[in-house]
Amino acid sequence: MLKILKYSFFDLMRSRWSYVYFVFYLALGFVLLFLNNDLNKAVITLMNIIIVLTPLIGTIFGVMYYYNSKEFTELLLAQPIKRKNIFMGQYVGIALSLTLSLVLGLGLPFVLYGLFRSTAIFDFILLLVAGSFLNFIFVALSYNIALSTDNKIKGFGYAILMWLFLAVIYDGIFLISLLMFNEYPLDKFSLIATMFNPIDLSRILILLKLDISALLGYTGAVFRNFFGTSFGMVVSMFILALWVILPVFRMNAKLKKKDF
Amino acid sequence: MIEFKKLHKKFGKLIVLDGLDLHIAKGGIFAVLGPNGSGKTTLIKSLLGMVIPNKGDIFFNGKSVLKKWDYRNDLNYLPQIANFPPNLTVIELINMVKNLRPKKANEKELIELFGLQGFLQKKLGTLSGGTKQKVNLVLTFMFDSELIILDEPTTGLDPIALIHLKDLIQKEKDKGKTILITTHIMSVVDELADEIVFLLDGKIYFKGSIDALKKQTNNTNLERAIANLISKQYA
Repeated sequence: MLKILKYSFFDLMRSRWSYVYFVFYLALGFVLLFLNNDLNKAVITLMNIIIVLTPLIGTIFGVMYYYNSKEFTELLLAQPIKRKNIFMGQYVGIALSLTLSLVLGLGLPFVLYGLFRSTAIFDFILLLVAGSFLNFIFVALSYNIALSTDNKIKGFGYAILMWLFLAVIYDGIFLISLLMFNEYPLDKFSLIATMFNPIDLSRILILLKLDISALLGYTGAVFRNFFGTSFGMVVSMFILALWVILPVFRMNAKLKKKDF
Repeated sequence: MIEFKKLHKKFGKLIVLDGLDLHIAKGGIFAVLGPNGSGKTTLIKSLLGMVIPNKGDIFFNGKSVLKKWDYRNDLNYLPQIANFPPNLTVIELINMVKNLRPKKANEKELIELFGLQGFLQKKLGTLSGGTKQKVNLVLTFMFDSELIILDEPTTGLDPIALIHLKDLIQKEKDKGKTILITTHIMSVVDELADEIVFLLDGKIYFKGSIDALKKQTNNTNLERAIANLISKQYA
């Protein structure tokens, strides 16, 4: 598996898109710091971008890599390697190279700006951790979709829909249901509904860490009570990890029966 | 050497292999023929473990291959379409495949044979279809395995490369290896094959030497004899 990982990783690290992605984050980091002139504010703006963008890029890279390397995967399948190892290697290779682009692209400007002397360092690290989780989650989800859909166009469509649903539509439904049922106590419901969407979960996690939960009103206080504690933090991290593990699990189950 | 037993495979409603039985002895060149969609590639891919049969079993050197992977170290496979990671160079790809298999490789000889020396540092994405097929051939033939499976090996090759390929196949046969070829180019079959396996409707319709086939169909020309077999499907 490590060999496949190594080659997928190097293959991606050498592709133009990894550079574009890296340079984009690099530019974003510098511009935000230049405009905000404040690490804390830059982290907030960055969060809004990362929370939507990393899932999108992860999704697109995942399906694109799967379909583009289909014939090559077939070549690998004919080699004396376990099926599972081929796909796990590819999956980790993609997720890791995207994570590297994210961490280096954003890390560089922030470190140059004096991150290590700032109090924002923990917020920033949490931001990167959440971003990395989102990479692993969405590459896994998109690989699931690609494995289940042989038609490239359909696979792409489903993957984008999945992203759109989790990044935008889910929040819409969530908000509407909050409005519809605002006569009932909703804090438990909203807490649980957040868990079912990794994008929301990371957003809340970072917002609360940034200590701007006052903006969130009453529900914010409930969230604060839950996520603000180290217990909440552990639970959310656990759920984010679950969001990685379950799709990976399904991927392996699917692989056992798949024809190439 | 290879034994397919009551092999069934369905893709949705389409039955591709319908209780196929086939025994392939060690040594010699076997041409797997049949009309488009007759299950040639499916048959080969089930042997490779890429397609998982619904029923039946496959034995390679007396051992079942289903759900196994290490037996693949004893066979070389040339896939139908050569498409590689565009960002790797030719030499990197060759080294990678070498790295994946615990076996000695003689890629240098083959690189020379197919005139690929000038392409080694080029990225795979920039190569033409024929050159990619040559790289594909190098990857297949560089290992010394007792079974070689070639799926449409002639695609995109120029006449010189084709001659080299034929010589190469002949040479491997002389070493006592078993070679499975699928192709639609009858001249290749005529020139190389010791035995023909003809697939139709998911079963073995004919298995035997070229002469036997010609006799059975009353044709002296192989191409016509094969066409005669296929036309039965259209009738």
